[in-house]
Amino acid sequence: MIVDLNGRATPLPEGSTLADAVAAAGAGGDDRGVAVAVDGEVVPRPQWDGRALAEGEDVEVVRAVQGG
Amino acid sequence: MADGFELGGRTWASRLIAGTGGFRSLSDMERSLAASGTEIVTVALRRVDPLAQGSVLDVIGRLGLFALPNTAGCYTAQDAVKTARLAREAFETDWVKLEVIGDDRTLLPEAVELVGAAETLVGEGFTVLPYTNDDPILAARLEDAGCAAVMPLGSPIGSGAGIRNPYNVRLIVERAGVPVILDAGIGTASDAALAMELGCDGVLLASSVSRAKDPVAMATAMRKAVEAGYESRRAGRIPRRLHAQASTPDEGMASLD
Repeated sequence: MIVDLNGRATPLPEGSTLADAVAAAGAGGDDRGVAVAVDGEVVPRPQWDGRALAEGEDVEVVRAVQGG
Repeated sequence: MADGFELGGRTWASRLIAGTGGFRSLSDMERSLAASGTEIVTVALRRVDPLAQGSVLDVIGRLGLFALPNTAGCYTAQDAVKTARLAREAFETDWVKLEVIGDDRTLLPEAVELVGAAETLVGEGFTVLPYTNDDPILAARLEDAGCAAVMPLGSPIGSGAGIRNPYNVRLIVERAGVPVILDAGIGTASDAALAMELGCDGVLLASSVSRAKDPVAMATAMRKAVEAGYESRRAGRIPRRLHAQASTPDEGMASLD
């Protein structure tokens, strides 16, 4: 299955969840200050494990950075 | 500081809000934020970078500061609202520094989109602190929309051009029923002092410290400037006069001819 992960077409195994996508984006180890949206809608952290991904979904994984 | 500063239903000791962007290192940032005395720092949200070293959150945690997420880089109300919702999830706060800009050359606020985003976010229960133009009418609109403060610019973000229209800032202060925080354009300590002397409740600054030759020294200067400007405003300045007025009495002059 291919999902659009942070703007890049990313292959993930069938049956992958949002938690897998967070790990694939590089935020698996330290997910403090991380938030996730699928197709523009925020998915709360407690739902990451149970949220199955579908082909072509747009996943954004963001975290805190320095800013003005 | 003499007394507390009410913002968003909480009381703060420092009237200086600091940005975390533009520092040359996390170590510079940490020492500067500590020197500034700030309690609230702005942070941004960006796509996860797996190669990034260290986290701004570590520093904020060590210093015990409150992280205020911004919507920097958003050009539409829709983008800003979605970013604020992500920030609420990431930071577990419903506070947001709302920025909706019109172009990347001036980074000036997009007034129509800004008001729309503010109305939506207030409706969703956010504590909205909008970065706005130095326009008293727009500031009043944002207050009417339910924003917890208004944050007029002194001049464009990162320009260091100071407060270009102090008269408008005075007009905003005069009619505001929520805190006024001068946001953007501060270049040096006298700009921050002027903001407070004009009656602002606080100052938000970033580049003037983070990009200074010596950020820690400038952070110290800004802390003192905000305090000095606030105390000076409270003390009540003397009126400006065209002619001199002696402070030494004429009576009792010795006759020495």
